[in-house]
Formats: sequence, structure tokens, C-alpha cells
Amino acid sequence: MPEGGTYFGQYVTIGIFALVGVVLVLGTLQLAKLVAPNVPDTDKYTTYESGIDPIGSGWAQSNVRYYIFALLFVVFDVEAVFLFPWAIVFERFGTQAFVEMVIFIGILAIALLYAAKKKVLEWQ
Amino acid sequence: MNAIVDFLGGDIVVTAIVKTVVAFAALLLTTLIVVWAERKVIADMQARIGPNRWGPYGILQTLADGIKLFFKEDFRPRTADKWTFALAPVLAMVPSLLAFAIVPIGDHITIGDRRIDLIVADLNIGILYFLAMGSIGVYGVVLAGWASGSKYPLLGGIRASAQMISYEIALGLSLVPVVLAAGSLSTVDIVAAQAGSVSNVSFFNGVPVLEQIAELFSFVPNWYIWSQWPAFFIFLIAGIAETNRAPFDLPEAETELIAGFHTEYSGIRFALFFLGEYVHVVIISAMAVTLFFGGWGGPKPDFLPWIWPIGWFVFKTGLFVYLFVWLRATMPRLRYDRLMWLGWKRLIPASLVWIMVTAVVNTEGVSRNARLVVFGILFVIVLFWLGKGDPRLTGAVTPQRRRVHGPS
Repeated sequence: MPEGGTYFGQYVTIGIFALVGVVLVLGTLQLAKLVAPNVPDTDKYTTYESGIDPIGSGWAQSNVRYYIFALLFVVFDVEAVFLFPWAIVFERFGTQAFVEMVIFIGILAIALLYAAKKKVLEWQ
Repeated sequence: MNAIVDFLGGDIVVTAIVKTVVAFAALLLTTLIVVWAERKVIADMQARIGPNRWGPYGILQTLADGIKLFFKEDFRPRTADKWTFALAPVLAMVPSLLAFAIVPIGDHITIGDRRIDLIVADLNIGILYFLAMGSIGVYGVVLAGWASGSKYPLLGGIRASAQMISYEIALGLSLVPVVLAAGSLSTVDIVAAQAGSVSNVSFFNGVPVLEQIAELFSFVPNWYIWSQWPAFFIFLIAGIAETNRAPFDLPEAETELIAGFHTEYSGIRFALFFLGEYVHVVIISAMAVTLFFGGWGGPKPDFLPWIWPIGWFVFKTGLFVYLFVWLRATMPRLRYDRLMWLGWKRLIPASLVWIMVTAVVNTEGVSRNARLVVFGILFVIVLFWLGKGDPRLTGAVTPQRRRVHGPS
């Protein structure tokens, strides 16, 4: 058995690590709150627009292409999730696993090709 | 009580707390030094002196800046969303810190009868944990941009989200071939798989001349950089893009977006974003070393045997941090369409191809390394084919006027 304990032991360690990390950052914020000055002023709470008074609200219209990239991201990120377990068991299944993954990646590659042909990957 | 101890595999809580404290202290100290080193190195590259007031060579400058930021007013614009605005810097900083948990910084040491591995936790899904922490880090940037209720941060945040998710795919896919070759997601196993010298030395046994030539190279360590170099370059490019640093610093392009997603942040919250970025740089460097450069592996003299691996690890990581700084000093920022083109049309297809190539190589007997050479050549051809036909790159660079030789 490796040092640091079993499967659950490692996760307890990670849990302690995460807890200390969160406490460290929140503690820093809290400490700063205690020592930092607080001098409210109306002009201070306006947003920054290169030194002039802000015009309109803080919302701006953004390009729809960002949304398309987000959709494509979901497809390929899920693909990556499936690739990792496959990579682990690959040695055990050999050719069978390889053929199956060729089909899987092939379908997604066609999707990427389709997106490229539709020119949604172009940024104009 | 004994049941719990058995369940966890020994009395681990004390070890865990000690490791955690040491790891955080080491990581934060490293980050302070990296910030100082970057300013010093860039100053040198730009023929300036850089920080030189606090401590020898200005090494305490980062600490002074940090203390100053503690005493600065931390205000929030009226239009901001209160809770999201407060959450964003925490989300940017914490995952960067947590990713350090799976980086093995050395071999094990023995205190009394207790064996202590120099890694916080050897998760059997270490690589996935690293990727997951990177993904959570994206939220910090996106929510900061969204919650500020201001135009520059909003644009910066949207840009950052599109960039980071695009390169996150390439980053994840570039690690699959390494996992495939090592057969494990644990960083400790991946480092162990890179121990020893290049394994294809025995491949040429019996072949008269090649055998002697192979002998000459037997000192070369068996790092994945040799067999997995395309994965390494994809990892490095995607890693730099993930940290939002030059030449991929579009989310905070000063000339267009002031400071991008953290325009409205001040005081300690700004400091968290800033530190988070540098911690991320250290983590990406450490992962590049762990996955492709043999981790803590290196020559190990008899004198103080446990300190050498740590020394090698720090040295290699330092080289990568230097590379980050060097790139910032020399590379111009990419244009947004080029950024997307590089991510989606080059890095992602290239990493998919390389996954399949590595899979083919690993399928059957013969020598893994011999096949890797063959498919490495194949990959170069594919890369050449991919890189050749982009009409936007031809004529994009103004030809340099030829310098007249001779005395001027």
C-alpha cells in the first residue's frame, strides 16, 4: 500500500488541502477588510470607461460566434472525458479498443469538418 | 477509531496537515520569487534595472507590493453583482493553488519509520484532477467579467471564456497520448514510467554498427519529450493560452480593453487575480516537467540523496517559468481570428491525429519506439500539409528590407 493511505485516504488529504486553500484565500480577504481603508464616495463607485462618465449600462452586445464556440466546446470536452478511460484500458483490449475509438473520433472529426465547411470556425 | 484508521490506510491526518502547510508555503514563496524574477528578467531584456529597492536585488519587492495591496481600499462599482463579484477572485485563485496537490516534487523521504512521498496526494485520476482545476479557473475569469457591470470587463470576460475553453480542449487532448503511453492517470506513475535511460537501446541489439551508435546514446533519459514531442508542443501552446499570458493575453489586452476582466477590481481582490495567474504559470511549468521531462528524475549522488530530486524538479520548472517570461518579452500578441484558427483548425486536429498515432503504435508488439519514429515522420508530413495551405498567412508579414552589407 502506498504511503498516504488508501483510495479514500488520498481524498481525505485532498479534502484537507482544499479546505486549507479556501480558508487561506478567504482569510486573506477578511484580513484585508480589517486593515484597508473605507472612504465612500459617489464617483468612486462608477465603472471605468477611460476616464469619462460611463455611457449607458454596463451591458454590451456580443458576437454570436462566442456562443457557437461554446456549443462546439461542449462536444469536444465530452469527447475528451471519454478518451481518458479509453487510454487507461487500451493495453488490455488492443485492436478492438482502437477500432472503436477510430469510429468515435471519426464521427466527431466529421462534425469538426462540417463546422469548418460551414465557416463557423472563421472569425470575421 | 481503528476502523477509521484502517479504512483510510494508516494515520494520515497529521501527515496530510504537514504536507498541506509545507506545500502552500512552498508554492506561495515560489510565486513571490517568480513575480520578482519576471520583473527582473524582463527589465534586463529591455535594458532596464528593474526592482532594486527592497532587499538584495529587490527580491522583497513582491512582498512589499503585496503588503501595500492589503492596505488599499477595495471597492466595488455600483453596477456590480455583489456576490458574484466577490466570488470571482476566489474562484480564480483557489483552483490554481489546489492543482499543486498532484505534482510530485521529489522522491520519498523517511522520517523515523514513516515513509513520506513528496506529493500532497497521489490521486489515481491525477491528470483529470489537474484538468478539472484548470476548468474551474475559467469561471473566475468569466464571472469577474460578467459581474463587474462594466463594458471593458464584459468584453474581456467573453473573450477570455472563448479562448480558454478552446485551448482547454487542446490541453486535455494533448495529455491523452501521454496517459496512453504510461497506462495511468497518476502523476507518480507517469514520472516512474520515465525513469531510466532511453529504452530503445536494446532494439538495435545484434545490428552491428547501430548497436554501437545506440550505446552512445544510452545516457539519454527516457523522457516522454522524445516519443511524445508533438503532444508536448500542443500542451505548451495550450498551457500558455490557458494562463492568459503573452502572446495569448487577449483577455487583458491593455491597448483595447484596459485590463480586461479585472478592470474594476482593486486592492486585495486584484492581488488574488494577479497571484492566481502566476501560480497557474508555476503549475503549468511543473506539469510540463512532470509529464514530459521526467519530473524529479535526474542524476542522484550519494550525498543527501533525497534533496537531489527536489533540486532537479525546481531547476527544470525554473527553466519553463523562464520560457514563459521570455515569450512575454519577445512575442507580439495574436489577433483574435488567428487565435481561434490556431486552436480549432490546427491544435485540436493535430492532437486528435497524434492520439490515433500513439494508439496505433501501442497496439501490437515490435518496438514501441521504432514505430514512434515512423509515425513521428508521418506526423511531420501532416503538420507540414496543415501549415502549408493557409492563404491568410502568405503576405501577412511585410517583407523585411534587405540589409545592405559592407560599411555604412
